Amino acid sequence: MTVIKRKDELKVVGTRPIRPDGVDKVIGRAAFGADLAMPGMLVGKVKRSPHAHARIRKIDTSRAKALKGVLAVITAADLPNIPSEEAFMGEGPMNFRDLSRNCMARDKVLYEGHALAAVAATSAAIADEAIELIAVDYEVLPHVIDVDEAMAPGAPLLHDDLITAGVEPKPNKPSNVAKRIHFEIGNVDQGFKEADIVVEGRYTTKPVHQAYIEPHACVATVGADSQAMVWTSSQGQFMVRAYCAKLLGIEISNLRVIPAEIGGGFGGKTLVYLEPLALAMARISGRPVKMVMNREEVFRATGPTSGASMEVKIGAKKDGRITAAQALLKYQAGAFPGSPVGPGCMTAFAMYDLKNVRVTGYDVVSNRCKVAAYRAPGAPISSYAVESAMDELAQKLGMDPIALREKNAAREGTKTVYGPMLKNIGYVETLEAAKKHTHYGIKLGPNQGRGVASGYWFNVGGESSAAVHIAEDGTATVVSGNPDIGGSRASMAMQAAEVLGIPIERVRCIVGDTASIGFTFMTGGSRVTFATGLATIQAAEKVVEDLKRRAAMIWDISPEAVDWRDGAAHPAGANAGNFQPLTLKEIAEKAGKTGGPIGAEVSLNAQSPGAGFATHVCDVEVDPETGYVTVLRYTAVQDVGRAIHPSYVEGQIQGGVAQGVGWALNEEYVYDSKGRLENPGFLDYRIPVASDLPMIDAVMVEVPNPSHPYGARGVGEVPIVPPMAAVANAVRAATGIRMTQLPMSPPNLRAALRKAK
Amino acid sequence: MPSFRYEAPTTVKDVVGLLASTKGVTKILAGGTDLLVQVRSGRTKADVVIDTKRVPGLIGIREQAGSFVIGAATPGAELGDHDGLVRAWPGVVEAANLIGSTQIQGRASLGGNVCNASPAADSVPALIAARAVAVVAGPKGQREVAVEAIATGPGKTSLARDEFVIEFRLPKRPPRSADAYLRFIPRTEMDIAVVGAGVNVTLDAGGVCTAAHVALGAVAPTAVLVPDAAAALVGKKLDDKVLAVLDAAARRACKPIDDKRGTVEFRTEVAGVLARRAAAIAFQRAGERR
Repeated sequence: MTVIKRKDELKVVGTRPIRPDGVDKVIGRAAFGADLAMPGMLVGKVKRSPHAHARIRKIDTSRAKALKGVLAVITAADLPNIPSEEAFMGEGPMNFRDLSRNCMARDKVLYEGHALAAVAATSAAIADEAIELIAVDYEVLPHVIDVDEAMAPGAPLLHDDLITAGVEPKPNKPSNVAKRIHFEIGNVDQGFKEADIVVEGRYTTKPVHQAYIEPHACVATVGADSQAMVWTSSQGQFMVRAYCAKLLGIEISNLRVIPAEIGGGFGGKTLVYLEPLALAMARISGRPVKMVMNREEVFRATGPTSGASMEVKIGAKKDGRITAAQALLKYQAGAFPGSPVGPGCMTAFAMYDLKNVRVTGYDVVSNRCKVAAYRAPGAPISSYAVESAMDELAQKLGMDPIALREKNAAREGTKTVYGPMLKNIGYVETLEAAKKHTHYGIKLGPNQGRGVASGYWFNVGGESSAAVHIAEDGTATVVSGNPDIGGSRASMAMQAAEVLGIPIERVRCIVGDTASIGFTFMTGGSRVTFATGLATIQAAEKVVEDLKRRAAMIWDISPEAVDWRDGAAHPAGANAGNFQPLTLKEIAEKAGKTGGPIGAEVSLNAQSPGAGFATHVCDVEVDPETGYVTVLRYTAVQDVGRAIHPSYVEGQIQGGVAQGVGWALNEEYVYDSKGRLENPGFLDYRIPVASDLPMIDAVMVEVPNPSHPYGARGVGEVPIVPPMAAVANAVRAATGIRMTQLPMSPPNLRAALRKAK
Repeated sequence: MPSFRYEAPTTVKDVVGLLASTKGVTKILAGGTDLLVQVRSGRTKADVVIDTKRVPGLIGIREQAGSFVIGAATPGAELGDHDGLVRAWPGVVEAANLIGSTQIQGRASLGGNVCNASPAADSVPALIAARAVAVVAGPKGQREVAVEAIATGPGKTSLARDEFVIEFRLPKRPPRSADAYLRFIPRTEMDIAVVGAGVNVTLDAGGVCTAAHVALGAVAPTAVLVPDAAAALVGKKLDDKVLAVLDAAARRACKPIDDKRGTVEFRTEVAGVLARRAAAIAFQRAGERR
């Protein structure tokens, strides 16, 4: 086990330096996905389905191809027909056939906005005109969007060959249920028999979008020698490389992916949409092709997360000890299998130390775009149901909601329903901090209520590479394989500076392209500060070893007799000799004479990332006449391991809460009777604006993660897990009404208030 | 963005001349905060866009013997900065200032808000309750039209092809008069009214209402003047009973639709709630003007 440094031993970690990528982003100099222009570049556009479900009888592209200025027109017929093959590249399982058919429909369109052709032309106006000239003959089919309706007998089938996995005996007929997942420990039926009190409820959530501000965008080129390049904004340049190579049959060494600055992803940029099309059209035309989605395309055709239908049942003794818990979770996957119902099942009860648990999940396809990961994929949905039920239980028991959670809290050694034992976790600490926070004692007024909810996220580690290079003036560059979404340039530079013993201002971090740094798993799963941080630390440690060796060479003593501290080599003790310290700068200046350039790269597969827990307290006021909910106060307590850059950690917590509050109150996909999205824009897809939220108090509890020398654990995802239940529980306290459907929008809450009267 | 012919004439006559002579879809541009968004998204097609901001008088606020004349292209920000207008017509100004964001307020105008003919336009119920009149210019000269007679349905107006609105006139205020506008949106700003309510009242020295006008937005194909709701206030001081009658009258006037922004039931209920709340603010403001 790694020895965790004490806080007082750290000079850089835990401080709040100015964000290194900040100035460019503030003044508009940062180059995002849509910012690259190349000589001779064409504009690519996508033809999309107006129908939620239809068979494509014929696509006639002849008139589009004949239009002057059009240099490439493609349909699925121009792309390889990829066979079914499972891969695990992103935050969830991925089938290359499905990915290919999501990028370009083959035989059937499965949702409104599904791409079925693309053009590249010399101007946007010509490309738009060409899109209109593509004639498609559709046989419109019945569609289904809601998860319960999609599971019902007689529902329109999306895929004729989809046989439910995980069911014995194997079904002999296709359905919309891609997979059944089941976890069980203990004796659940017996547990319910032993319960004094049982709460049961059915909960539903609507599909919501990640709502990143930057639409998907890329530029692709393919040279006459087959060497291809993609410039794109994504959560992983290596992910884009792998997917594009597979979908187009390109050798990986012939494809270089350059990560653009990314304007938000939240899991939604863990797939490819435009890149394979741009590459295919660049190959045909011999010209660079740029493709940029508009906001409507982003909403209609890219990664929302699932809407869900859930049933939760919890039984407890009078003293609050839970005797049994079960959940049935049905998640929309969108047009292709792959909803986050798996992690939804695993995280649902992970906050609690329970003997008898049963969780069943269904992954269900329906006629909306294929889901993509969204911040702690699956967990906010199941936690909304479970933590609402926990609130009901606390109410029935007459127990304080924090006390009920403390009574059942996961602790060191708690066994999860999905197998592993939890270790070095800080859940109880979040509960204690929430209870002690002044917020918890503030008196509430009329129509006001307070809600408490907890959440869990695994966090992941995985494959990462990082390099540290020392320049001849003694400054350092870190090259990381991860796009910087949550501040990883800062956290990588800080971790390297800590090891090297130099000020943060003398370390810069860049995000390398796929040809300039070793393979790195994408930015997701709250893994980068931990896993790529480890690679950075180890690369910096290698550099320090080298620096010590060079100092030893200069002093003509043994390397073991050299200490590295405060950015300089020192003789380890009196016996080592009496030498003036050699600073990093001094050694760097003489690098040519001591062995050449100084630098190291480390590639690793990081293990034991350290799970994250959070407990949130939310106060709301409800306008009973309109159903309008004002969030008055919000305190988010989280075990962050140890914060590398506390401001970034607080920002992650606040951002997760803001998204969760939007999910709770107003965000939803609204479909018309024909399955067409009615709100593909930020006017009617209502994420919170700044004035909708109070200052969110982010409280960091630090239970260091022993797998990382500075104790870091992932922090980016768990803050979106508790908010929906925290808000719902506060609304319950304010109104007496349990909102079992999200969003708790004014019309929905007002309707519930009216019904309760 | 699709291309179109852009004209920026400097006289009313030239605008009318262009409207009469141009072929295809011709659009009047004031602030452009609706029009340009619609053209950009493809929802509206425009062959010719006539910018009216260079026509003298189209931007600016004039006070004439106690009444106000507001150029149709005057940005919302200028309305909010005009102390006299804010004092006389706080409801009209607060309605206009609710449109969009601070940036949008630098352009968004009453002329655009009225002629875009959205049932949910924020300034329209306030202008109707204020008994505002639009001055319409055409080939035969100018005519005055009550604001409620401009929009005839969502996106449709009573203006002829060669007519456009040059200004709005707000009547002279008797003492102890004030107005108020409230809208309901699911968040705090940057949104479109699910329901809007404008109330304009005059009180006597004893606080009894002597004149009232109530208008509602987003509850019918156009914003509507609700005489029954006004009648509930005239001759009365504001108490719970009066408010209940007002609430019921406002609800009766609603003919809303179910859509992504709200249900029939919700809109109808909230129209009553907002009418009550706006009336309370208007009464309070009027009562403070002694």
